[in-house]
Order: sequence, then C-alpha cells, then structure tokens
Amino acid sequence: MRIPYFAAWLIAFITCGSLTIAFETEQQKFYNSSAGTSVLRIISTADISSFEPILLAFQADNPTIDIDYVVASSAQTMQAIYDEQAPFDLVISSAMDLQTKLANDGFAQTYVSSTTDSLPTWAKWRNQVFAFTQEPAVLVVSEKAFRDLPIPNTREELIELLRDNPQKFWGRVGTYDVRTSGFGYMLATQNSRNTDSFWRLTEVMGRLNTRLYCCSGEMIDDVAAGRLAMAYNVLGSYAENRLKTLDGVKIVPMQDFVSLMLRTSIITTNAQNASGAKRMVDFLSMMETRPELSAASGLPAVQRQETTAAKGLRPIRLGPGLLVFLDRLKRETFIRNWQNSIVQNNPL
Amino acid sequence: MTLRFASGSMQGRLVIQLALIAALLSLVLFLVVRTVAERAAADTQDNILLASATSISDALYSERGAVRLELPYSALSMLGSISEDRVFYRIAVGGETLTGYDDLPLPTSLDANQFDTYRYKGETVRAVALKRNFSTGNQSRDVTIVVAQTRLGLAAISSRITNTAMATGAIFFLLATGLSLWAAQSALAPLTRMAGAVTRRGPSDLRPVTAKAPAELAPLVEALNSFILRLKASLNRSEDFIAEAAHRVRTPLATVRTQAEVVHRSLNQSQNKTALREMIRAIDESSRSAGQLLDHAMVNFRTDQFETTLLDLVELVQETTDRLSPTAGLKDILINVSHDQSSFPFSGDPILLQNALRNIFDNAIKYSPADSTIDVNMTSDDEYRIAVFDQGRGFQGGDAQSYLNRFSRGENVDDVVGSGLGLTIVQEVAAAHLGRVEIQNNETGAGACVSLILPRG
Repeated sequence: MRIPYFAAWLIAFITCGSLTIAFETEQQKFYNSSAGTSVLRIISTADISSFEPILLAFQADNPTIDIDYVVASSAQTMQAIYDEQAPFDLVISSAMDLQTKLANDGFAQTYVSSTTDSLPTWAKWRNQVFAFTQEPAVLVVSEKAFRDLPIPNTREELIELLRDNPQKFWGRVGTYDVRTSGFGYMLATQNSRNTDSFWRLTEVMGRLNTRLYCCSGEMIDDVAAGRLAMAYNVLGSYAENRLKTLDGVKIVPMQDFVSLMLRTSIITTNAQNASGAKRMVDFLSMMETRPELSAASGLPAVQRQETTAAKGLRPIRLGPGLLVFLDRLKRETFIRNWQNSIVQNNPL
Repeated sequence: MTLRFASGSMQGRLVIQLALIAALLSLVLFLVVRTVAERAAADTQDNILLASATSISDALYSERGAVRLELPYSALSMLGSISEDRVFYRIAVGGETLTGYDDLPLPTSLDANQFDTYRYKGETVRAVALKRNFSTGNQSRDVTIVVAQTRLGLAAISSRITNTAMATGAIFFLLATGLSLWAAQSALAPLTRMAGAVTRRGPSDLRPVTAKAPAELAPLVEALNSFILRLKASLNRSEDFIAEAAHRVRTPLATVRTQAEVVHRSLNQSQNKTALREMIRAIDESSRSAGQLLDHAMVNFRTDQFETTLLDLVELVQETTDRLSPTAGLKDILINVSHDQSSFPFSGDPILLQNALRNIFDNAIKYSPADSTIDVNMTSDDEYRIAVFDQGRGFQGGDAQSYLNRFSRGENVDDVVGSGLGLTIVQEVAAAHLGRVEIQNNETGAGACVSLILPRG
C-alpha cells in the first residue's frame, strides 16, 4: 500500500510542482485514509484548521478515499481552474460569483442525487453549484464603545448613529476593502443592489476615516482589542467562532435584512475522481444532520427547514445575476465609486 | 344469423375508417399543439433575450469620448429567473470587445434585432444581437450587443409540452374512436332492425315489409316488397292454375266413370269386365287426386286468410265420422269415437279442421282391412289430442314424419288409390292452428296411429 501511495504522491507532487509556478497555494495537506484506493483532490478557500474536522468525518464514512486538500485564495482558485485546468476534482469556495462563473462557462459537472434534490432551490444552481453553508454578514460592535449609545438595528439607524457621533467613531469603524477582498466585493455589490442606503452608508463611513481590512478575523481582533468600535459586514459564522474566546464583542444581525453568503462546491468537468467528489458533495449537503461538524469547523450548515424570509435572511442568489459584478467595466465603475465614497481623508 | 354471404362488416369498415381519420386528426392536433406551444416558449426566450439586450443598450454611456457601460443587474438576472441556463454576453464597439466574452460571435451584417441559434462553449445557444448607434461627443460609434443563453430550460419546457400534446392527442384519439364505434352502431341499427323483422317472419308470411326505414334503405325495402309481391302473385297463379286444372279434370272424369259403370254392368265377358274395372279404378284415383289438389288449394287459401270461430271438436269429429260412415260401411268398418270430456271447446277454422279430419279418417278407412274397427281417442290435458287408430298395414320404411311432405307416400301402398297430399293437408291445417301432427305405428298390434294435436285455450 505504501509504495503506490508514494508513487501517487510523487506524481501529484511533480504535477503540482509544475503548476504552482502559475497559481499560488497557501496550504496543502494530504489525508491518508485507512484503506485508500483513490485520491480526491480538493482546492478550497477554507483553511485547513476549520475544514479538517469535516475531512476527517468524511474519511470515517468513506475509508477508501484519500484527500489531497489544497488551500488557495478565491482568485488563485479561479486561475487554477479557469485558466490552467489544474487537475482538481472538487472546488470549494466562498466566492459565489466565481463559482457561478465556473459553472456558467462550462467548468462544472452536473450531478443529481436524492441528497442534492433535497437542497432548497436557493442553495443550488444548475445542479452544478451546491451550497453547504449559509453564513450571515453581520455588524460586530464593541460593548465598551456602545456603553452609552443605542446599538443600531437597521442600516438607517446605523447611518444616523454615525452621522450624529462623528467624533466617537472617527477612525474606529472597519469594513472590507473591496479592492483586495473578493468576498468583501461580493457583499458590497449585493448590498448595493439590495438597498439604496448602501451608498449613503459608504459615504458616511468614508467621512469617518473608516479603516479597511482584508479579512474578517483581523476586524474582529481589532474590535475585541478596542481599536475599533464596530466592524460592518463581518462574516457572522467567523465572528461567532471567535467570540467563544473573546469578551466585550457583540454580534448584531441587521433587522432590515441580512445577506446570507453560501459556501459552495462544484465538481470539475475534468475531475479524475468524480465519484469521490460526488460523495463529498452529498456529504457536505447533509452537514445539517451533523451539528458537531458545524461546531468544530465553525461553518453553519444549510438549513432546509429554516424559513429564510421570515428571519430577514436574504441568501445571495446563485445565478447569472452574480456574473454582472464580475463584468470588467462594472467592477471598474463600482470600485471607483466605492473608492470615491470611502477614501476621503477628511480631517474632522 | 348466417354469415354465408358476408364479405366484411360494414360496421367494422366504418369504425376502422373513422378510427383512421381520428388518428390522423390526433396527429395533426399533436403537431399543431406542439408547434404552437414550442413557438410560444421560444418566443418567450427571445423576448427575454431582447429585453436583456435592450436594458444593456440603455445602460451605455459615454465618458471622455469613450463608450462605457454599467451592466444592469437585471440584464443577466432576468435571464436566470426563468431557467437555470448558462448566459453569455458581449458588447463590442466597432468590432472591438468592450466587455463580456471575447469569443462570442458577432453577426456579420445587422439590420434589425437579429436572433440566431448556434453552438458555443459546447452547447446550443440562442442569441440576440442588437446594434445601436451611439454618439460619444463628436463621433458616432456602432455598438453591438450580443446576449446568448443555452436552451436547457426551453428543452425542458419542450419535452413537457410534447408530453402534454401527446396525451391530448391520445385522449382525443380514444374518445373519437369510442364515439365512432357508437356512431357506426347507431347508424347501422335500422339495418339490423329490418333484418330482424324480415327474419322473424313465418315461412308463408308474404306481406310487404312496413317497418320504418331510413331514406338510404328505402330503395332496398321497396325492391324487397316488389319482389315479395311478384313472388306472391306467382304462387297464387300456380295455386289457381292447379285448382282450375283439378276442377276441369274432375267433372269430365265423373261423367267418364258413370259411363264406364253403365258399360261394365252391360258387359258379359269377364275379360272385358276386368279391363273396365281397372279403368274405373284409375278414374277413381285421378278423381281423388283432383279432389285433394282442390282441397289443398282451399286449405292454402284459408290459412292465408285465417279466421277463427269458437267450435266444439267433439261435435266436429262426430259430424265428420257421420259423413264418412257410408264409405266405412261399404267395408264393414266400425268407427268408434271416445272422449274424456263432453266437449272440447276450441277456436279455429271449422272448414279447415273438418278437411283435416276427413283426410285422416279417409286414410284410416282406405288402409283398414274389411270388417275392422277404427278407434278415435280424444283426450285433453295441456293440449287436445285426437288420435286415430286403424288396424291396417301401418307405415313402413323411412321416417314416418316424412309422410307429411307433399306427394310422399309409403312403400307399401301400390294397390291403394292415393295422391300423397292427404297428410300434407292435415299438417298445414295443424300448423295454421299452431298445432302439430304425430304419426306412428300402433304400439299394440298392427295398424297406424295418426294424432292431430291442437293447443288448448
């Protein structure tokens, strides 16, 4: 058993090695299973620490499948699949727009099973893109900073609060830098089409010398450390996970609406281990029935029964609409407008 | 009903023809429904593509002399709202791609909104191309907008429509076939009715057919009636002819017989006497045959115009035997009548019945040896039975019932005068009264038994 493994690993290493020249990976780990006969090659945007419990649980159910897990940014993932046709079986990404583009442009396999059939319609597209998590975008506030201020529950209230208390929030508001964060860009664009108040909020935040971040983690850290009074559009699941170890931080879901980001998987058209990838899709789709995995990974599973509308949850809609903001001109215009609004460097 | 002359069924042919027509119409219905519905579905996709392209063209703007575009969210999301089809677009300014998929084909020439279907990225797509003349400050540029979408949703709709159209066609076909079966049956019902009416007739019923017939059958009925009329006339004519002939023969025969008797008596030579006796016997036979032919003609006539009166069979039998007793007396034959009730009331034609009885007694006397008895037993239970027993030679050879046929005689009657019509007359009278005749040899000893059986009440 060891020799074929080693050989496979070697081949994979050489192939990957030749490809790493093109796209950049951040982490890579090989999971040997107890009786491995095939290798499932996954490229994912979720880091190893959060996804490992899911991989191990999958291998417990499927002891014949080894997993080669490669972590890359969503842009690098896109480059690997779209431009280089790198030999991956499964793409797991939080970038819904890029996953949609992969499916739209013919890089995804169609897969139908009783499990995928049971997914709600908003959680899949073309039977090629399958959501397995639903992660809300929330406002994270420092309890200390809001000791004598009302916590805003809607975007209108937030705008009012920021406008009324510029001295308190000057330099102490954080949000994604949509120029560098694909996820931040997707949230911002979805916000912009959901509500008219988006641009006013961006304008107000720009006037307060808002600090821009690449990732949710750093924002939460800064809120906890008291460097920020609030962070807008933080990934709720991430925040909740971090809150277990941090004090003085509060998650505020907006009551007007909460954008729901879906982490999705697609099986590539050139998958060499399509059957393994299909098993993984089925496994991820049923994560709802394994709450311990959600707890361990911090990834809330898609809830079939939950009435998203009633809770003001608004899942970002999979489909060609997501392609609009990937349009080169659209992106240029949006980022220019956003930049003009948020980067003002006004002195108080 | 016999099918000896049947060459195919009219109803079968009608049903098959109607079913074929229904099948053809079902096919036409299926094709029309599918074509129209698919056209409608395709038009829907075209309209949405056009709406998408139009909304893109409306979002064009110029900036510092260059054409710019802010792709509206709805332009692509509207395409995603009806199906999960792949969407492609390309906006080109004077042949140079502004944004979108570089390799999406641009139409070569473009006058109006142009729809096209071709393969792109491994799938068949429906595309609309739109050309707009867009002015950027001082110069005018040609902007081409192409929006394409795969046809998976359309294919799904199309297969759904095909199934529906197929089901509609099948239901229409079944319904039409069922109805045509019913229609064929009801259209041919008068024919069946008429055939039944003709079949149910008695063997001698030669009345014209009067059942109501549809116009199409009227010529047939008319022809049939005229045929019946001619047949009847022909029958009547031959009966009349026979009766006339018999009558004409009988009278001169009587004269000849009388003359022969006179000559016989005046002759002395036994040789001549024997010859004359033979002659008289031959005359008797001819005269008797002529009489029975007349009787037969009369019976035929009366059964045709059958009329009944209430009478007593006992009385009738008595009367007949009385009338025949002189003849019987010549051979010293005693006729003995017995009956189990005093009267046998019966409604029938007395002349016919008397004729029948006379024929039976005549036969009995004729075949009885001299100095014997003829027993007439009249019994009544469910029906009246008049059984006549003689002590003659009985029936011999063949089926006894065949004596009832016209001109049929037994094999042992060469020395007895007879025409073979007697029992036929009896049979016809019995049939006219819904009765029957039974003939057999006596179970006890020699002789024959002829029974006339008539229904009671």
